[in-house]
Amino acid sequence: MAEEKHAHPTHKVYYLVFLALVIGTVLTWRVAFIDLGPLNPVIALTIACTKATLVILFFMHIWYSSTLTKITIAAGVFWLLILITLSLTDYLTRGIIKPL
Amino acid sequence: MSHSPTTIPEHHPALVHQFDSMEQQREASTFGMWVFLLTEIMMFGGLFAAYLIYRIKYYDAFVAGSTSIDVTWGFVNTLVLIGSSLTMALAVSAAQRGARRGAQLFIVLTMILGTVFLGIKGIEYHQKYVEHHIPGGIFGRFDAVSNYPGQEPNIAEEVAKEKERVEKLSPEAAEQASKQIAKQTEIFFCFYFAMTGLHALHMIIGLILMTWLLVQVQRLNIGPEYYTPVELSGLYWHFVDIVWIYLFPLLYLINRTHAK
Repeated sequence: MAEEKHAHPTHKVYYLVFLALVIGTVLTWRVAFIDLGPLNPVIALTIACTKATLVILFFMHIWYSSTLTKITIAAGVFWLLILITLSLTDYLTRGIIKPL
Repeated sequence: MSHSPTTIPEHHPALVHQFDSMEQQREASTFGMWVFLLTEIMMFGGLFAAYLIYRIKYYDAFVAGSTSIDVTWGFVNTLVLIGSSLTMALAVSAAQRGARRGAQLFIVLTMILGTVFLGIKGIEYHQKYVEHHIPGGIFGRFDAVSNYPGQEPNIAEEVAKEKERVEKLSPEAAEQASKQIAKQTEIFFCFYFAMTGLHALHMIIGLILMTWLLVQVQRLNIGPEYYTPVELSGLYWHFVDIVWIYLFPLLYLINRTHAK
């Protein structure tokens, strides 16, 4: 993770990431038809997050970027998680406590 | 590697006066692009959050809606978009090496794959149009589904199943329940069209961006010192790819196991 000037992945890295993304897509597709109960969406989203991370790290060069850029993205992801989790803590818990 | 004779003058011609070095300028540009992408994340994020809330609330209806979409097209489109991300990454790499022709070739390949994606999306939208699954107007006239060969009338089935289930309790409740699940499925399709539509709009903007980029690569002295337009357009294109990476499982694969 050296902050070298113009550090970029080699073509081999690009092709490997591409291969991983294709495998991830095929896996998402096949696994969706197997009944794993509540695990189905968990697996689908885990693969999606892995794929997104690969794209961000290598295609978008974050692995090779400065700390400022890395923190910027971390802030974005953190804010998105606030949006989703805080909204869901409201909607998922409505009606649990009966009004007096 | 030989480019134009203007290599290493006092400073690079692309360096604007408020920056000390090309390195600093590139850092500022990348930062700016990412801040823009964060606003994009929040825009799509709002849709994803709303989608999740309704999916939990109206799960059966969302499964019915999701199952009625042809998963093969969605799968093929995911591969097409991943392929376009690879060609975009290779375009950036070529631009960084100063290989103008290579960069243009990969940009054109990216545009072709992007157009294929939009074409397939068009086929999918047409199927939904034929099936009366576009929200509003004649949504849910499910008898029309059987006129379209190869498509299972899943929503009609789901409505009938729900009706049968509640019919045992009371006939009025059955009428009510079947209406309700049809309404809820319509909400699923509102999300489907809003999310894939906004994504497709980003793809169209991306294609316009690529056209502009082809001209830029031709005009500018692209090389290791300066390839920012290609790099930042690449970031945009990969972002749109990431949105689709989430849309595919969330919209097409809610529950395909038929195990209900």
